[in-house]
Amino acid sequence: MHKLLTDNPGQKMLLLGNEAIARGAIEAGVAIGSTYPGTPSSEISLALFQMSHESDLYFEYSTNEKVALEVAAGAANSGVRTMCMMKHVGLNVAADPLMTLAYVGVTAGLVILVADDPFMFSSQNEQDNRYYGKISGLPILEPSSVEEAKEMVPYAFDLSEQLKEPVILRTTTRINHSTGIVELKDIPQRVTKGSFIKDPMRCVTVPAVSRSLHVKLLKNIKKAEEIANKSEFNFIEGQGPWGIVCNGVSYNYVADAIKDLDIGDKTKILRIGFSHPMPAALVKQFIKGCEKILVVEEGEPYMEEMVKVFDQEEKLNVPIQGKADELFSRLYEFNPAQVRQNIATYFDVPYTAPPVTDLADVPEIPQRPPNLCAGCSHRATFYAIKQAAEGMDTIYPTDIGCYTLGFLPPMAMGDFLICMGSSVSSSCGFSQATDQKVISFIGDSTFFHSGITGLVNAVFNNHNFTLVILDNGTTAMTGHQPNPGVDAELFNMSGNGRVSIEALVKAIGVQHVSVIKPYKLKKSIAAIKEALDFEGVSVVISQEMCTLFAKSNKMLKPRAFYVSDKCKNHRKCISTFTCPAFSIQGDFPVIDPDTCVGCAVCAQICPENAILPLKK
Amino acid sequence: MDTKRLIIVAVGGQGNLLASKVLGEAALLSDVPVKMSEIHGMAQRGGVVESAVVFGDAQSTIISDGEADVLVGFEPSETLRALNKCKANTVVITNTAPLPPFTVSLGIGVYPDMDELKTLIKAKTSRFISFNGIELAKEAGNVMSLNIVLLGALIQTGVLPLTADSVKKAIETTTKQAFVETNLKAFELGFQAAVNA
Repeated sequence: MHKLLTDNPGQKMLLLGNEAIARGAIEAGVAIGSTYPGTPSSEISLALFQMSHESDLYFEYSTNEKVALEVAAGAANSGVRTMCMMKHVGLNVAADPLMTLAYVGVTAGLVILVADDPFMFSSQNEQDNRYYGKISGLPILEPSSVEEAKEMVPYAFDLSEQLKEPVILRTTTRINHSTGIVELKDIPQRVTKGSFIKDPMRCVTVPAVSRSLHVKLLKNIKKAEEIANKSEFNFIEGQGPWGIVCNGVSYNYVADAIKDLDIGDKTKILRIGFSHPMPAALVKQFIKGCEKILVVEEGEPYMEEMVKVFDQEEKLNVPIQGKADELFSRLYEFNPAQVRQNIATYFDVPYTAPPVTDLADVPEIPQRPPNLCAGCSHRATFYAIKQAAEGMDTIYPTDIGCYTLGFLPPMAMGDFLICMGSSVSSSCGFSQATDQKVISFIGDSTFFHSGITGLVNAVFNNHNFTLVILDNGTTAMTGHQPNPGVDAELFNMSGNGRVSIEALVKAIGVQHVSVIKPYKLKKSIAAIKEALDFEGVSVVISQEMCTLFAKSNKMLKPRAFYVSDKCKNHRKCISTFTCPAFSIQGDFPVIDPDTCVGCAVCAQICPENAILPLKK
Repeated sequence: MDTKRLIIVAVGGQGNLLASKVLGEAALLSDVPVKMSEIHGMAQRGGVVESAVVFGDAQSTIISDGEADVLVGFEPSETLRALNKCKANTVVITNTAPLPPFTVSLGIGVYPDMDELKTLIKAKTSRFISFNGIELAKEAGNVMSLNIVLLGALIQTGVLPLTADSVKKAIETTTKQAFVETNLKAFELGFQAAVNA
């Protein structure tokens, strides 16, 4: 049985934040889940996916976040508790349904979990999704710890049903990927089926209907504010003239700092866990008891602006600061020492930071950027394209996935990237605005997510570029999730359909479509050359299963290669291919047999044919 | 309870996540408050991975520069890189078997000299334990047991409020059944290596 289905109330369990959130969903009686995977949210959906195999929970990997939220909107308007999860930028994709679903509302609880990523550990930006509360009008909840994240899920569902609208549960990476001890609670019976009751004056957003729905939404914001004022997740701790307003993980750093600085008798904290709408009455009451206030929040000055507005409304004139050159930055994530120092500075507390180890005499340590795995088919594809495009003035728009790493030297094949699917659509612009050869990359899952519409656009508007679809049979980067093109059996799924990328691309009307096996270098280069010579939109589908995934499915029978004494030390294997199975030892390239998976691409590159399979 | 802060640094794929999980489970068994934080995702593709484990009453799950009580490095150059997390009384444990990044093969960087590396870490911290953990893992029966070898050494230092018994129990419940015996052996070998260091 999945550990998160353990029905033993009171038991303590060590859980990853994302596991705790998934358990919270079970304790809230969630019956339907939908997602598009994205770090740092992925383990929530992974847990729900696994549990759906052994319970009546329905869970699906949807093709993108917009689709996932629309799936959830249908389910939650049929009386079934539904959770939809995504990374922060996923909510941009789902922003269209979000904005109007806020007008329409739900008949059963709908919680939208969004995972922000301050510092961009694995993201393209560090946008602060709390502003989605303001723009949509929907409530936002933010936990400070793993335990609280679990507790907030059932609360969010109750709130959603009370207000009859979706609730956004917003985390940051340091909640999702922290681990803590949580206490299990009861698992209620799931209600897996409901019924949709027709209500066109609420559910069909023609202008006349929407005009009244917006009125309803504004009333709901007022109602939500009243609830926020009394919510257990907005609380004041301590007493004293110095006020600190904080949220999320910042609360932990503040609490530790107050102890470390020994200012507990002078300081009180307002912890905001229900942050949209901001609890105006509570904040105003807090301001009234303070001489000065520091707002500690990662990201944008979301709370700070509101606290200043409340201060102005009450004409209190209490000094309030947060984001400032000498205090907190809008950049990256915070850490305990930084928060301690800034609290000491702002409230003028004597404090000397502990001495920092002097590292002046430490030599420069070689960088260790992430790299494509040994035997990764993306590396083979990049190499083949590089050969086929030799001498051409190229632009390589790329996309989001492991293959983004192709932008690193020596491949250096990744010139433009803004969001999921941008490889295809930006290629339309590049090919129109330049005479350079445009070759773009997209993975199988990202193609389904948002590459298809760009390709339809390219055919319709007759653009001129080659799109390479890197089909490795899984959504690899986020931890090997399924997508519409995969063999569902490998994912313990049954009854799923399968969409052929080749048939789809042909049906769109692409006139030149070829399928390559990237480990076969010569044939691949020849097929790519033909595609590059084609005037118009051409597509190359490079098919080879992700080696990590193949390994974990025991589908790989590695036959390691070695560098024989025919090697003349050209090092072409290392300088142009950079497979991590290679290293230099005793001035010659060697292959680590434990790392090599036997793709044999290096053997096809070696000018001396010196790389040979190890005899068994 | 006193707060103790541990940083584990490794190269993606070396098994640091399991190491911190074992420590977390051991803390749960021993009623020691514990909080951990780690980075998943792109960094796991052969990049540097870092886990922070905080024992005791602190609420923060991450550790600032200069505030680790103990540092465990799975790879020597990564241990050196993580010295910014240490202070004068930090205990440092490192595996000495290098895993040079591909930037070295490409000639973009130079791998640090091992003697210099050891001298530097020793000079800047209070106790330095270094040994070839890969050899010990192989001796235990599985090169992937490097993480457990290092846990053995870590527990020997006595910095953390955890007993060897509780960690062994956590190994039995947390690591794959087929590897428990190997892992327990790995733990003992690491523990002894620290005694002898």
